[in-house]
This record gives sequence, structure tokens and C-alpha cells, in this order.
Amino acid sequence: MSATRAEICVVACAEAWRGDGEILAAAMGTCSILGARLARLTFEPGLLTTDGGALLTAGPVPIGAPAGPAEGWLPFRDHLWLVQNGRRHVMMGASQIDRYGNTNISAIGEWARPASQLLGVRGAPGNTICNPTSYWIPRHSPRVFVPKADTVSGVGRDRAAGLGAHASRFHDLRRVVTDLGVLDFGTPDGSMRLVSVHPGVEVEQVLAATGFDLVIDGEVPQTRTPTDEELRLIREVLDPKALRDREVRA
Amino acid sequence: MSAAAGTATAGKVMSAEEIVASLESGMTLGIGGWGSRRKPMALVRAIYRSSLTDLTIVSYGGADVGLLCAAGKVRRVVAPFVTLDSVPLEPHFRAARQAGAIELTEYDEGMFMFGLLAAAHRLPFLPTRAGLGSDVMRVNPGLRTVRSPYGAEGEEGEELVAVPPLRLDAALIHMDRADTRGNGQYLGPDPYMDDLFAKAAARCYMSCERLVEPGALTGPPQTLLVSRMHVTGVVETPGGGHFTDCGPDLGRDEAFQRHYASAAADPQAWAEFADRFLSGDEAAYREAVRRWHEEEAR
Repeated sequence: MSATRAEICVVACAEAWRGDGEILAAAMGTCSILGARLARLTFEPGLLTTDGGALLTAGPVPIGAPAGPAEGWLPFRDHLWLVQNGRRHVMMGASQIDRYGNTNISAIGEWARPASQLLGVRGAPGNTICNPTSYWIPRHSPRVFVPKADTVSGVGRDRAAGLGAHASRFHDLRRVVTDLGVLDFGTPDGSMRLVSVHPGVEVEQVLAATGFDLVIDGEVPQTRTPTDEELRLIREVLDPKALRDREVRA
Repeated sequence: MSAAAGTATAGKVMSAEEIVASLESGMTLGIGGWGSRRKPMALVRAIYRSSLTDLTIVSYGGADVGLLCAAGKVRRVVAPFVTLDSVPLEPHFRAARQAGAIELTEYDEGMFMFGLLAAAHRLPFLPTRAGLGSDVMRVNPGLRTVRSPYGAEGEEGEELVAVPPLRLDAALIHMDRADTRGNGQYLGPDPYMDDLFAKAAARCYMSCERLVEPGALTGPPQTLLVSRMHVTGVVETPGGGHFTDCGPDLGRDEAFQRHYASAAADPQAWAEFADRFLSGDEAAYREAVRRWHEEEAR
């Protein structure tokens, strides 16, 4: 079976939680939510996932479906305590992300009087300083991948390093998945590196869609393609209405 | 209902207008719920119609913040976000921010909860890592850090954000059920922070979908979220959370929320919306919404 770009993104998101064990996979955005549930259904069965609300579901439910049986209760107050506790790997969105992984979901332009007011920092400051954090960005463009985030909601590698070993000991930026490829911060100075490009994407395309210099370590491999079983689970079980295609066009 | 209990709690049942009349311009008001979920919208609409102004609104913000911004009631918002959930951005809040019409104290969600917890427990601050390294520290220059007095020998203690208490002059919350003594019950999956808002406030006013006699709140005891010891006034407002999510009685009115959001994004459309839905009292609002749904169904 041949996979669509959205399906490749779902699997690339799922891979973010590989090896995490029995922790909460907190996901935002369609492909990210599907990725968390796919990981739980396949290679990371210990993961906990929610119905998008206060319930930890007994199984990984289809997106948009009723929660079904719950195995736990996680209202917002306990979710915020869990951030402090640490047994959680969150994959957030970002309106801006810079080369060190500082992200902005708060305000574009001057914070005091923004050109565009966005959501607000939400839980991004706490998430990034307390939990492993990844990002899912459905449209890789120079508008999102900027030299410097206007307002820093989520803390990047350079700022975490500046806090010292004590304050930053739980800071752990993992990966950035986009519609074009996968990136991480596995460089000596913590700047962003291209890990893989999705099938059909050229490295030059990613560079052109990024508003700063990306680190390229030699030959950039292709993102792995979904297995037949993964495709079946995505198409028939987790997302039969193909909501993923609304987030990432074929 | 015993005579003694009746005497002790006489006068707690109020109207939305009486509640709003007891508030003053310049106050700091906490509003319960979360985003577009179980917001005390009937009370917010009553403030919208009032002469109150210069308010500081402390909220996990949704249309409560938006409506009050639209009415020019707000001097400052204290919030980690303002969103309608299924509609990510709140148009009135955006417009107010982009026009420089309001001040903002922007906190991380966990910091905000710690601020409520500190106020609820009469503490001068609570320590957290949340906020460190982010621009929350830059845009709130009054925030201080505190160094842990504990640590290994010869090692400096960890530095943490000292979140100050979010003390409220009054809190407004909406419950699924309440009794006439001012005990509140939630029946949905999430209590949000409503009990903390009640405890962080000098006075808490509670609206409810249905008001019952004392002793008539049925269901598991852990649903009895808000105690009368923290409640000054209670009012029955059926549909008082509309258009936000008030499950299990009433889910979010998504169609009407979309209507609100599209109207809010355009001054002319907003004038028509306000005239149609917000120019009368709560009964007029409910009737106008009913008619709107009737028209939409045609």
C-alpha cells in the first residue's frame, strides 16, 4: 500500500513516543493525536492517551469518537500537576519556532500591542521546562520557522542552557515533525537539525521553507514509510473519516 | 429543611441583577470554567448590561473575557489563554489586544493554578518551575523567583518562580446543580478550578442550571465541589452557561458559538448580534437564541 503524506506524518509523530513506556502521550493537532494513539496500538502499548478531555481512555479510541470505557481520570487540575510530576511527553503546535526550538503561540509582533494576538502561552512554559516536548507543525514555512520567536511561550535549548543545569534538568526537546520532514536538536549547540525528509520531499525544499540555517549532517535519509498494518490501523480504525487529510493535503 | 439551617442561610438566593449590583467598578473578578466550558455566562451577560467598568478579569478565558472586552468593561485580563476551544481564537479579545485597549497579565496554565491555590490557602506565593526561561518572566516584570533553602552541601538551592496569590474581590462560577444554602455540584467530567476560584475570592457568586432544596443534591459526594462556607449568593439560571459546554445537561452550542465568533470578527455584524441577543435580559436572550435556532433549522 502506498501512504499519503498525512499518513507518513502520523507515523513520524508516533515515532516521537517510541521507548517512552508508561507515561501520558499528550497530543495537540490531528496527526499528533493519531500518532499517539497509533504508537499505543502498535510499538508502545504502555502509553496512556486521553479522549481530548478529562478521561484516560481504556483503549486508543478513534479520533472524534466517544471516549468509551475510561481507565483513569485526568481533569485539568491533575493534568497540570502531572506536568510537574513529569510522567508525560507532550507534542504541541507552534505558530513560530526558531533554530533553538523557542516557540510562540502567544502573540505575533510586539507583545505589548501585538499585530496578531494568538492563544496565549497556555501550558507551553511549564510543559517545556518540566516534560519531554516535541512539536507537530502541519505547514512547514518561513512564517513558522523564524530566526527568532516574537514571544517565547515554549522554552528552547539556548534559553534552557542559560538557566543552568539545576533549573533546566527536566528540559528535553525531542523532535519536530512537519509536513516536509523530521527535525531535532541533536547538535553541539542545540540548534535545529534536519533528521529526515518525507518521501517526495527534497532537502532544498525544507531549506527554502525554513527561515534560518538548518544543520545538515551529510546525506539526509527518508522518513520511514508506514507498514501495511499501520496504514490499516490509521485508515480503518483510528481515522476512518480521514480528518488527517484536512490537516495535511495530499 | 430544618428551621435552623433555613435561618442560617436566609437571603443567599439572589437574582443575577442583585449579584451584579453588589459588585463595583475597579474590582478584580475571577470567572470559573475553562475556555468555552461551564462559564457563568448569564452572570457575564448581566455584567455586560450593567454600568460596571474598569474590571480586572482573572480567567482561563473564553467568551466571558471576549464579551466583557467587547462591552468596554475590562482594564486588565489575567489569563494563560483566551479561546473558544472549537474556535481557537476569541475575536473580541484579539481585537482588544491588537487595539491596545486592555492590559494583560499572561501566565502559564500551571502558574495560574498555583496563583489560585496560593490565594485559596492564604500563602504569599507558591513555587514552580513553570515560567522559567519563557517570556512570561519578561512580560510580567513584577514576578520574582525564590531560591530553595534545601540542597546538597555546598550546592546552591534551585531557583523557582514565586507565583503570587491571585486574590479576587469576587468569583463568579456556574454549577450544574446547587442548593439554596449555596452548596454547588458539578455533573460533568471536569471540575475545572471552580472551587479554587471560590476559595480565592472574598465573595463567591454561583449560578446553576437547577436550584434544589438543601439535602436534595443527589449523586456521589465527590461531585459536591463547592461548599456554602465559600458562597455568598446563588442564582438559578437555566441555560446560564450557554453557549459554552455544560455537559451532561447541555453540550456546547457549536452552531451558535460559530455565529458569535463570526459576528464578533466584524463590527457591523457585531452591532446586529448585540442588538438581537444582548439588548434585553436573560429571558430575552434565551428567547432570541431559540428563535435563531428555529430560523437556522428552516
